[in-house]
Amino acid sequence: MPIRRIKNSIKLIAFQTFAFLLWSTAAGAAEPAASTGLTSIFAAESTPAKSIFHLSMFVLAITAIIFVVVFTLLVYSVVKFRARTADADREPAQVYGSTQIELAWTIIPILIVLVLFMATARVIHAVQDAPMPATAVEVTAIGHQFWWEFRYPRLGIVTANELHIPVSDPARPKPTFLTLLSADTDHSFWIPQLAGKTDLIPNRINQMWMDPFRPGIFLGQCAQYCGTQHAKMLLRVSVDSAEDFDAWVRAQRQPAIQEEKAIAGRRVFETTACINCHAISGTVANGRFGPDLTHLMSRATIASGAAENTRENLRLWVQNPDAIKPGSLMPAMNLDDADLDALVRYMETLR
Amino acid sequence: MSSDAMAIPNVQVGGRPWVQVLHEWVITVDHKRLGILYILYALIFLVIAGLEAVIIRVQLIYPHNNFVSPQVFNRMFTMHGTTMIFFVAIPVLFGFANYLVPLMIGARDMAFPRVNAFSFWLTALGGFVLYFSFLGGSGLYGAGNAPDIGWWAYAPLASRAFSPGLSSDYWTIAVLVAGFGTIGASINLIATILCLRCPGMRLSRMPLLPWLNLIMSGMVLIAITPLSAAQIMLLVDRYLGGHFFDTQAGGSATLWMHFFWIFGHPEVYILIIPCFAFMSEIVPVFSRKPIFGYPVMVAATICIAFVSMSVWAHHIFTIGMNSYANSFFAITSMIVGIPTGIKIFNWLGTMWGGKIRFKTAMLFCIAFLFQFLIAGLTGIMLASAPFDWQLSLSYFVVAHFHYVIVGGILFALFGAFYYWYPKITGRMLSERLGKIHFWLFVLGFHMTFDVMHLPGLLGMPRRIYTYEPGRGWDTLNLIISIGAFIQGIAILVFVANLVISYVKGDIAGNDPWDAWTLEWSVSSPPPAYNFASIPTVASRRPLWDIKHPEDPDSRYD
Repeated sequence: MPIRRIKNSIKLIAFQTFAFLLWSTAAGAAEPAASTGLTSIFAAESTPAKSIFHLSMFVLAITAIIFVVVFTLLVYSVVKFRARTADADREPAQVYGSTQIELAWTIIPILIVLVLFMATARVIHAVQDAPMPATAVEVTAIGHQFWWEFRYPRLGIVTANELHIPVSDPARPKPTFLTLLSADTDHSFWIPQLAGKTDLIPNRINQMWMDPFRPGIFLGQCAQYCGTQHAKMLLRVSVDSAEDFDAWVRAQRQPAIQEEKAIAGRRVFETTACINCHAISGTVANGRFGPDLTHLMSRATIASGAAENTRENLRLWVQNPDAIKPGSLMPAMNLDDADLDALVRYMETLR
Repeated sequence: MSSDAMAIPNVQVGGRPWVQVLHEWVITVDHKRLGILYILYALIFLVIAGLEAVIIRVQLIYPHNNFVSPQVFNRMFTMHGTTMIFFVAIPVLFGFANYLVPLMIGARDMAFPRVNAFSFWLTALGGFVLYFSFLGGSGLYGAGNAPDIGWWAYAPLASRAFSPGLSSDYWTIAVLVAGFGTIGASINLIATILCLRCPGMRLSRMPLLPWLNLIMSGMVLIAITPLSAAQIMLLVDRYLGGHFFDTQAGGSATLWMHFFWIFGHPEVYILIIPCFAFMSEIVPVFSRKPIFGYPVMVAATICIAFVSMSVWAHHIFTIGMNSYANSFFAITSMIVGIPTGIKIFNWLGTMWGGKIRFKTAMLFCIAFLFQFLIAGLTGIMLASAPFDWQLSLSYFVVAHFHYVIVGGILFALFGAFYYWYPKITGRMLSERLGKIHFWLFVLGFHMTFDVMHLPGLLGMPRRIYTYEPGRGWDTLNLIISIGAFIQGIAILVFVANLVISYVKGDIAGNDPWDAWTLEWSVSSPPPAYNFASIPTVASRRPLWDIKHPEDPDSRYD
């Protein structure tokens, strides 16, 4: 019997150790995975994300120490104080408590909490109460079921799903300040490498900011459950160098290109339900329920990142959106082949 | 004891027609039968909601899987969450409280037996209403059966504009009705514990299980009321043209969040405090020592109850509260860790210097200690508001609260099942099946919920029916799903153990664990009305006093 008991406790210890290792290496393991540039919260690339990263390392260190201490005590008592057959009949000494010990394990946690709170409050203040510099780029992000609308009020740009912001040189900071709104349900804007998430809530104006250190594509997605297609409300942030950003702004401020060879497709667009929801500058289409398509082809994806922006996908999306994103609010347009071809040709001119 | 002669009717069902037996169970006002009904009811829903979890995990086993549609997936996680909280965790804990509290305080029944039955049937009605939505939820709109609004039902997703049909109404009414049941049961527990203790049982001599259930019941009265109010407001919105949460008419989405979480956070403690109570009964018996620091345990629980009323907004750190509010809720959330830590240390102190017997019940309690420790530490990370801006709404949070609810609550519950099953049925649960159940469940639990922290750190949000490949989430999700299936098998072993041991288990006798509280002084199962003559106690461990006349606790009391 005692051998089995010992085996049991050893198994328990081994298992808990394994669990702990897995858990505590989370931070370490996540780091190399993140350097491939995706969505790890530990691969921070802007000031808010970086401050959170430093805080999180501090909190992880303290909790790891607590874990090791308590874990050791638990394992020790489980192994040391297991019942042995030799003196099975005798009850151990009946101890009811100890004021000194109780005081010790009350006061020490209070001190730890104080330290943790001060570190936390400092970062809350640094991230939330940062003033907006005059050089900042202002963007209004509006959450929709199930896509993102981005407006640049000072630049006169309206676009969707793929946010372009400039890189922010620490010497000459040019952060981006986002105003977050919602047109329907709650959403949450989350690019783990750039900042913590902030919700987009109807009838409420929220704010967040980011100052990316380097150019590149940063990914994320809606984090607050917003309805059927919450999962495919993906986010892409393109951080551009100063020149690239200026070029992008210039291109976006142009009205839509109208090519003669695509006039048939434009007719289809302007005479079907497309215009109820979509806008293309310079045409009669001024719907605001769906994404602005003026510069559709400047985007790498459609359907809020659910598919690549290719001719086949555009065709499929117009004809049968449920094939790409079941439950999205885009209706199937049921066009005949000739109209569909013309329409897709027209859309491909919207650079 | 003379009361042994009074066998309770359900062990002599042999000769009577089953309709009569069923009738007796339906009209019963006996606290033990109602306790068993609560527990069985919760076990059925545990299996149903467990199946929903399995469907969720099959869908997420690899990226872009098409096992279920997004609509079905969203219903599954909504029903899984709602069922587990309202129709598994709460009923099973009230079931144990119902069964054990009168026995442990030397009473013959609850203070209000009819209210007790009424409360159970209200709770039961809630569960039936919720699941009836699978049939009736579509309404005239063909809007889809079963609610798909998440178990928080955030505004405005639950408003008519975004949730047509009737499914959200079934959800609202189910939660409202079950809430009334819970409030009734709590009032009953409070009255019972305060008024029906046997002679000599001062509050300072009461075992910790009734003590902690008393505190939990007080919390229910404070926490469930705002939830019920919010459900009524939502119904007013949906049917009477109210605009509390109707954002399209100027209502407030954040108002619902505050209402929901001022229920939702104390709720976590409402669930875990009865589990602390199980721990505080089981750990001493299998360590052969009294609970370490009894007054501190009571004080720490009261402290948790107070502080946990002012931490709710740590669930909504991402909604853009100002920095002062965020700081306030960060500090209160961290403070609640202090009394919780004290409890862990007190159980450790109880084991320290004892002679620990590794019965299955104790194994579950030891695993609880390890897992609850980790759950508490990830809780501190989430309390650190800026860290929470990254972790919140991600799989890290899902891992954290499952660590609390499965690793903590469910493990303690399993411990309670192994510990009190002999008292309730008169037969021992099989230790062999119990060990298989334990090790399988530990394996599955850690595969699933240890690993689940990682995709959260890698940016995977919760409540998504599918995910993009190539973000480092694929293998992790596969492991998580396999772990979930192993947990499913372990639950089947547990259910098999419950059934097989009921027929074939060893006869338990009055006191199989050599324990010290009053429920072990009567036969197993206890006779109708529990005590032929009401006992008198002189200390916290009346059976210790009887077994050790040379060194009774009452000498120091």
